[in-house]
Amino acid sequence: MATMLQFPSSVSTLNDYNALYPDWTQREVSTGTTIMAVEFDGGVVMGADSRTTTGAYIANRVTDKLTPIHERIFCCRSGSAADTQAIADAVTYQLGFHSIELDEAPLVQTAASLFRDMCYRYREELMAGIIVAGWDRRRGGQVYTVPVGGMMTRQPVSVGGSGSSYIYGFVDSNYKPAMSKEECLKFTAEALTLAMERDGSSGGVVRLAVISEQGVERQVILGNQLPKFSTV
Amino acid sequence: MSSIGTGYDLSASTFSPDGRVFQVEYAMKAVENSSTAIGIRCKDGVVFGVEKLILSKLYEQGSNKRIFNIDRHVGMAVAGLLADARSLSEVSREEASNFRSNYGHDIPLKHLADRVGMYVHAYTLYSAVRPFGCSFILGSYDEDDGPQLYMVDPSGISYGYWGCAIGKAKQAAKTEIEKLQVDERKTCRELVKEVAKIIYIVHDEVKDKAFELELSWVGEVTKGRHELVPKDIKEEAEKYAKVRNRSSGDSHNKSSLQHGLLSYFCPDRNPWRRRMTLMRITCKQCCKPLFCHFTDCVPCFRHPGNSQLYCRQ
Repeated sequence: MATMLQFPSSVSTLNDYNALYPDWTQREVSTGTTIMAVEFDGGVVMGADSRTTTGAYIANRVTDKLTPIHERIFCCRSGSAADTQAIADAVTYQLGFHSIELDEAPLVQTAASLFRDMCYRYREELMAGIIVAGWDRRRGGQVYTVPVGGMMTRQPVSVGGSGSSYIYGFVDSNYKPAMSKEECLKFTAEALTLAMERDGSSGGVVRLAVISEQGVERQVILGNQLPKFSTV
Repeated sequence: MSSIGTGYDLSASTFSPDGRVFQVEYAMKAVENSSTAIGIRCKDGVVFGVEKLILSKLYEQGSNKRIFNIDRHVGMAVAGLLADARSLSEVSREEASNFRSNYGHDIPLKHLADRVGMYVHAYTLYSAVRPFGCSFILGSYDEDDGPQLYMVDPSGISYGYWGCAIGKAKQAAKTEIEKLQVDERKTCRELVKEVAKIIYIVHDEVKDKAFELELSWVGEVTKGRHELVPKDIKEEAEKYAKVRNRSSGDSHNKSSLQHGLLSYFCPDRNPWRRRMTLMRITCKQCCKPLFCHFTDCVPCFRHPGNSQLYCRQ
């Protein structure tokens, strides 16, 4: 690689280390991924792929990246697997305590604020891109995105992870406001499939979750059932 | 009325043999010595009214406020030791601000009342500190939860109300509030006048001379922000209150009372002291001058525990 520094042969570099041990022994476990969430009237649809990688090795090909934070609040995790799991655990605890204190279901905005606080405060140590989505009584279905760095903003549709760069065009051109639940499910499944097609760090199955006043419905779309596109 | 603690009342960490914590009860008496504050909830907001006694002509008008802003959407009206109340308002402000900083939205009033109540309660547990000598009424308005009203007293307990009163004339004020029958139809604008009227009614012209009326509201009319009532609306409300107070209409306590006989509550509330006094007294309700000759101090039959004067007419 042209960017490598030239050292005398007596000094061993990372490059040399590779010859003795495989790549995945030195790489962090990453949910290099594609995640997505869409609001519709009455709830949200969330989707994620299912691949976790350490370098080029797929550590888990059936990962569940849609993590429950509370009864009707979920988050999609992307970035470092360890970091996002730790953050999600901490926020689940804080939100549960808060909800008991208030004696009512927490707001999605509160969950997103808690994620944001943690991601911003420890931004130097963490690598986590999270999408928080759910339903609450006050504002219905909401999607908040908390990318690396710790910003927080509400969006009607949000994509994240390494595979998201390949589908911005698709999402921007195909998203219509006021879609129904079925349209949102189709839209999410197609977007994730396209990203999984092109991004090496995303793949496996498509996991979907619909959160509404009635509760949470989860589905899995297996590899052979994914929508088919003309690119072979 | 006063029972003597005798040894069990020296610290808040001691129970009496009949299960009372006297220090907390004494703290509540401190509240009863202060002038009245009321809060009423209507369908689209909450209105506070405070009878602020002016102890000196040298005071600047509008100083020594007894209504505080705790957060944009929360107001607090206090009665009791004003210094204690001020310190508690700071505590409430910190609670509300921390909540917003942690969770990203306005604090729900029930939660704020619980938290401040817990703080007040903590000071009733130890002998090294004394309980807070003030009660306060918290009110807020929110699009989703609607208007809310909570009262916290020196024991640390908090209840939700649709109308409550604290201070020396709280019994009279509560009677008046009940008569109002505030229901889903009243709006804040109408309620402001009624609150002003109640404060004027319960104000004791004889014992306390000058007073300033403090009015504040929070509701749809202020778009959810707690504010002092604007000057023009306040003046209109005061005019209404003064007119209603003068007339001997429904603001009287009508019941089967004897004509012409005055009932007067002894100022030092001592039931055993005998006095021979000739006093010129005016009826608070109808402002007619009456004479009275006592041989005894008797409690006001209509409102025991209250130093209000009522003409039995």
